[in-house]
Amino acid sequence: MMRHLISAADLSRDDAVLILDTAEEMARVADRPIKKLPALRGRTVVNLFFEDSTRTRISFEAAEKRLSADVINFAAKGSSVSKGESLKDTAQTLEAMGVDAVVIRHGASGAPYNLATSGWIDAAVINAGDGTHQHPTQALLDAFTMRRRLIGPDAGLGQDLGGKRITVVGDVLHSRVARSNVDLLHTLGAEVTLVAPPTLVPVGVESWPCEVSYSLDQVLAKSDAVMMLRVQRERMNAAFFPTEREYARRYGLDSDRMAKMPEHAIVMHPGPMVRGMEITAEVADSERCTAIEQVANGVHTRMAVLYLLLGGNEPAGSPAARTEESK
Amino acid sequence: MSKILIRGAKVLGGEAQDVLIDGETIEAVGNGLSAEGAQVIEADGQVLLPGLVDLHTHLREPGREDSETVLTGTKAAARGGWTAVHAMANTFPVADTAGVVEQVWRLGRESGYCDVQPVGAVTVGLEGKQLAELGAMHDSAAGVMVFSDDGKCVDDAVMMRRALEYVKAFDGVVAQHAQEPRLTEGAQMNEGTVSAELGLGGWPAVAEESVIARDVLLAEHVGSRVHICHLSTAGSVEIVRWAKSRGIDVTAEVTPHHLLLTDELVRTYNPVYKVNPPLRTEKDVMALREALADGTIDIVATDHAPHPREDKDCEWAAAAMGMVGLETALSVVQQTMVDTGLLDWAGVAERMSANPAKIGRLDGHGRPVSAGEPANLTLVDPAYRGAVDPAGFASRSRNTPYEGRELPGRVTHTFLRGRATVIDGKLA
Repeated sequence: MMRHLISAADLSRDDAVLILDTAEEMARVADRPIKKLPALRGRTVVNLFFEDSTRTRISFEAAEKRLSADVINFAAKGSSVSKGESLKDTAQTLEAMGVDAVVIRHGASGAPYNLATSGWIDAAVINAGDGTHQHPTQALLDAFTMRRRLIGPDAGLGQDLGGKRITVVGDVLHSRVARSNVDLLHTLGAEVTLVAPPTLVPVGVESWPCEVSYSLDQVLAKSDAVMMLRVQRERMNAAFFPTEREYARRYGLDSDRMAKMPEHAIVMHPGPMVRGMEITAEVADSERCTAIEQVANGVHTRMAVLYLLLGGNEPAGSPAARTEESK
Repeated sequence: MSKILIRGAKVLGGEAQDVLIDGETIEAVGNGLSAEGAQVIEADGQVLLPGLVDLHTHLREPGREDSETVLTGTKAAARGGWTAVHAMANTFPVADTAGVVEQVWRLGRESGYCDVQPVGAVTVGLEGKQLAELGAMHDSAAGVMVFSDDGKCVDDAVMMRRALEYVKAFDGVVAQHAQEPRLTEGAQMNEGTVSAELGLGGWPAVAEESVIARDVLLAEHVGSRVHICHLSTAGSVEIVRWAKSRGIDVTAEVTPHHLLLTDELVRTYNPVYKVNPPLRTEKDVMALREALADGTIDIVATDHAPHPREDKDCEWAAAAMGMVGLETALSVVQQTMVDTGLLDWAGVAERMSANPAKIGRLDGHGRPVSAGEPANLTLVDPAYRGAVDPAGFASRSRNTPYEGRELPGRVTHTFLRGRATVIDGKLA
């Protein structure tokens, strides 16, 4: 494994499958009466959040605690950062307190990369979302969810997503989730199609390993999973689309559209959902929507990432251990 | 002042000749000139150029003396072979009155390393709302001829038209920073495949090109000359080429960094590569080189933009835009234009000395290397190869994109009106 997790594009197919297999192992721990592993006992992880994100922060915190790490939560708001402290000084201050890993969420694309490469600190860096760049653990938990649902928890072990057709719908331009998913799903052998109004597709998308379509209706029947991205209402003020209703009509997922999907196909959403905008309540609450499952899977996946990156003690007989030996 | 004999220098890259300086003037150029009573500098085949003239320098004083002062900036200029620099107006306070431009001009005279010709702001406070007192700045001791809101675009078409017209009264020129502001809100880097991948706000080429297209048409309509700062795209080149073919009085500059670096470097998220206009693509770089060679682009200007360390030692979005360039410009031009065969040294002299002096109507600079001319001279050793070490810079700032990069050529001597400002690569 690598030392840091900055971008989903940095993961090889084998790295990614190892993480997914390890996450499967972690999921089994969650079914036990005592959900805790001693793997990161004595290690300190700081959750360094420069952007508000209760979900992701709590997910990482749960993962860290289940691995017995000591957890420090640092939110920029109300801290020295809001008084003008630089990223460099904040990071060095935290490291001076003896931190083994930094989980960072930052509004500036590339901030985790700066932390990992500028020589400011030695700790392992895990990107929990940077600007409109990357959110690799989200892509991993999404891939984990797809593999479980489309192949199966046991049958999926050791498998990638070869041949699966994944459609990602929404504000691709501003989405780190979309970028991470395109990279990881491509690495795992899936065929990705992005669907969005042309205003929300970045110039330069032609170099991405995926297809782009402007019509949701044309791709639904050919999708094994449809991932809906959150669309912020304020985007329409910048003329990315005319009105909320027009967006919902053309790119929202409702029951009629869901009916066009193959029987087995799932609906995914990284949350938080804007019901009535990109997804109707009927779809969000349906059996086929994995939004809640993704939250649970997020903890398993982040446990796997922390465990593999920080090189904790191997739980006996885990598939992760076997895979690592065979590499 | 004593005599100096530069022996065996390839004047503009031609045959080796001797050049005798007497006082502030070139006394003679020829073979076997007498060294009697003169200090001798053995050029030994180095190339002698007229002192370089930069039309686009940020000296930061007054206001940001933590990044550069007129003194440190002119020392850096001398080390880079420059004998005159145009100090941009975006200081604090802005150089939009006779008082501020005279202050900068006076500081330049006191420094003694390089002539400083202040640029005046086009609009009060660079805000684009009210024309600054252009006439007062021109009539001041500083004698301002070039006006620019550089750092900001004069985006209002009427304001640009009026400025172009107004400066005709005293043969001034407006130098436009072409950047359509709405198209570049939140822009962080060139918009293209790399920005799409890195998730950094895109800075489309059209934001530059649309303003240039408008301004050359405005210049044609009102019969003014216009200068375009730091062209960075292949499309901008096409527009300027078209305008010149139509007889429009437009001149254009390119920076050394846009001749060498591309947006691929942004993949490092290292803010040292953050600059305005942004680094573009390989295709743009090649178009700019070709345009500089064929004369579509008239000059090289550094856009030397010093910033203190803390403004670059941070995440990309928080970093300041700009690079220092005075001390590396000639080396980059040698690598990209001379060593590639696109331009000879006479061509370099034209684009880095004669043409910028002409655009700025700057007397005593950009003159031929011949008897009777002012002894503003730069001696460069083109055979030198070495890695750029910012620790050796005279500039107060170190934000160079070339740290550790091997570049050819080195300025060994610079003469400002017969007085050496640089000897053997070191400040005199």
